[in-house]
Amino acid sequence: MELFEEFPALGRKTLSSTKKAIDETFKGFSREYGQALEDFFDPLLRFLVWFEKLLLATPWPIILVIVGALAWLGSRSWKITVGSVVAFVGIGVLGMWEDTMATLAIISVATFLCILLGIPIGIFMARSDRAQSIITPVLDVMQTIPSFVYLIPVVMLLGIGKVPGLLAVCIYAIPPIVRLTNLGIRLVDKDVLEAADAFGASPKQKLLGVQVPLALPNIFAGINQTIMMALSMVVIASMIGVKGLGVPVLRAISNQYLALGLMNGLAIVALAIIFDRVSQSYGKRLQAYRKGLGND
Amino acid sequence: MTEAKIRIKNLYKIFGKNPSKVLPLVKEGMSKTELLEKYNHVLGIQDVSLDIPEKQIQVVMGLSGSGKSTLIRHINRLIEPTGGEILIDGEDVLAMDEKQLRQMRRTKTAMVFQKFGLLPHRKVKENVAYGLEIQGVDEGKCAERAQHWIERVGLGGYEEHYPGQLSGGMQQRVGLARALATDPEVLLMDEAFSALDPLIRFDMQSILLELQKELNKTIVFITHDLDEALRLGDNIAILRDGAMIQQGDAQEIVLRPADSYIADFTKDINRGKVIRLRSLATPNAAFKGETLNGDTKLEDALAILAHAQDQTVGVARRDGSLAGTVNLTQAISALHS
Repeated sequence: MELFEEFPALGRKTLSSTKKAIDETFKGFSREYGQALEDFFDPLLRFLVWFEKLLLATPWPIILVIVGALAWLGSRSWKITVGSVVAFVGIGVLGMWEDTMATLAIISVATFLCILLGIPIGIFMARSDRAQSIITPVLDVMQTIPSFVYLIPVVMLLGIGKVPGLLAVCIYAIPPIVRLTNLGIRLVDKDVLEAADAFGASPKQKLLGVQVPLALPNIFAGINQTIMMALSMVVIASMIGVKGLGVPVLRAISNQYLALGLMNGLAIVALAIIFDRVSQSYGKRLQAYRKGLGND
Repeated sequence: MTEAKIRIKNLYKIFGKNPSKVLPLVKEGMSKTELLEKYNHVLGIQDVSLDIPEKQIQVVMGLSGSGKSTLIRHINRLIEPTGGEILIDGEDVLAMDEKQLRQMRRTKTAMVFQKFGLLPHRKVKENVAYGLEIQGVDEGKCAERAQHWIERVGLGGYEEHYPGQLSGGMQQRVGLARALATDPEVLLMDEAFSALDPLIRFDMQSILLELQKELNKTIVFITHDLDEALRLGDNIAILRDGAMIQQGDAQEIVLRPADSYIADFTKDINRGKVIRLRSLATPNAAFKGETLNGDTKLEDALAILAHAQDQTVGVARRDGSLAGTVNLTQAISALHS
C-alpha cells in the first residue's frame, strides 16, 4: 500500500548527490572556460558600453530630434511622431532621462543581436523540415522556461553585469523573429516560386529576390514582437546588474515606493508603445503593394 | 514536316512513395484505378510520346486531371519524370545537371502560368524584366527590353503599377511580356488564358496569334477548352487520364475523332468554322470550274458552292495545284456528321 500513497522517488541521498555532481561539473566548467567566454563577449560589452555612453553624451535636444526623425521615417504619421517626442520630453521632465537612455541602449543592442542571429536561423529553418523539427522545441523552451532559471547558469558563467543581462534578454526575445521569419518564408506563394524556378532562378536568387521580400511583412512582425519582449525583460535584467529603468522599479518593489515604480513602469510602457507603433506602421507600408489601387 | 523541336518519348509519371518500383507494373498494363487501389500510387502520365514541331503552336488538350499540366512541366523539368525521355533540339533534358538546366530555363524556354505567377512586390516593368535580371543582363538593357514588350502587349502606361492593381487580363499580359522578354525559342503556356473571362480570353488569343505570326516561336499551349484549342493549335494532342488518345490538326480531330470521348467533345463546336475545304476534297483531275483555296473555311465556302456550276468547286493546294473537288451535298453533310 505504501507504494501508492507516496511516489517512489529516488532516495534523498542519491538526489542530492546527483544535483551536487551537476553543480560541481558546471562550476568546474565555468572556472575552466568562464574567462574565455568573457573574452569572447568582450567586443559586445564594449559596443554596448560605447553605445550607452554615446546616448548619454549626446545633448538631449539632439536625441529628441533623432527620435522624432526616426518616428517620422518609420511611420510617416504626424500623430506618432509628435507623440514620441512628447513622451520623451515627459520622461526627461520626470527625471528619468539617464535610465531611459541606458534602457534604450540595451534594447537596441539586444534587438540588433536578435535580428542578426534570428533571421538567418529562421531562413535555415524554412529550408529544412528537419531543422524546423529540432529548432521549434528549443524555441518553445526558451519562451516558457522561467527567466530566473536560465539566469543562474548565465550568472555563474559570466557573473553579474551588462553582458549576462544582454544574453538573458536575447534568449527571451529571439524566438518570435526566428519563428516569424520561418513562417513568412514558408507562406510564400508556391506559384510565384514555381515561376521563379521556370525562369531559371538560382536558390540564392529565389531567396533574396522572392522569398525574403515576400516574407518581409512577417519578418517585420517578428522584429516588432522581439522588441516588445526585450522591453518586458528590462526589470529582470536589472536584477543581474543591467542599468536602466528596471533598477528603480526593483527599488520600488523592495521599498514599496508606489510613485517611483509607477513612473518608471510607465516610462517602459511609453517606450514600448513608441517602438510598436513606429515598427508596425513601417511594416504596413512595406506591403502597400498588396492593396488594390495605390496612390501612384 | 519540320524537324521536331521538342521530343517526348514514352514519358511516364507516377506520384507516390516509390514510383520506380511500380513503373514496371504500369508498363505491363496495370490500370490507373488498380494502381491506386493496390499500391496507393497515382498515375499522372502514361506512355506519352509527342513530337512538337518547330515554330508552330502545339496545343495539349484535356479535362482537369488528365495530366496536361503535369506534362508541360516535364518539358522544362519542373517535374521529374518516372520514366521516358525528353529532348529539346536533340539535347536530353533529363541528363542536364542543375546548372545546365537553369541555363536552359533562362535562355531557351519561358513559361506563362494559369495563375500568372507574377511577383506581387515588383512593379509591372520589374516583373517583365525578371527573366533578364535572372540572366544577369545589365539594368539599362533590362529596362529597355522590358519597355519594348510592355508596349507590344498593350500595357504602355502601366509600367509603375503593381500586379495587384491590374485586372486578370492585364496581369496575364504582364506574364506574356515577361515570358517573351527573354526571347525564348520555346514558350510554355499552362492554361494561360483559362482564368480569364471569355471576351478577354478571345482578345488574348488574338494577341498571341498576332505575335506568333511575327515571332515564330515553338509554343506548347495547354487548355481544357476545345474552341481555344481549335483556334490556336496548328497541332492538337488530346490527353485523358494521363494517356494520349489522339493527335493531329484541328481537321483530323473534328472529322475523324479517335473515339467516342473525343466525338463527344467535338459535338457542340461550330464545324463550319473549323473544317477547311482541303479536308473534304475528293480527287477529280478533270475538273475545270471555279477553284477555291484549300484553307477556305467551310462556312465561307457554302454560299459560293450554292451558286457554283453543278454546285461544285475545285480545291487548290497551297502550291496552287488542284487537290480535288467538293460539292454542296458533301459540304452540308460534313457540317452535321
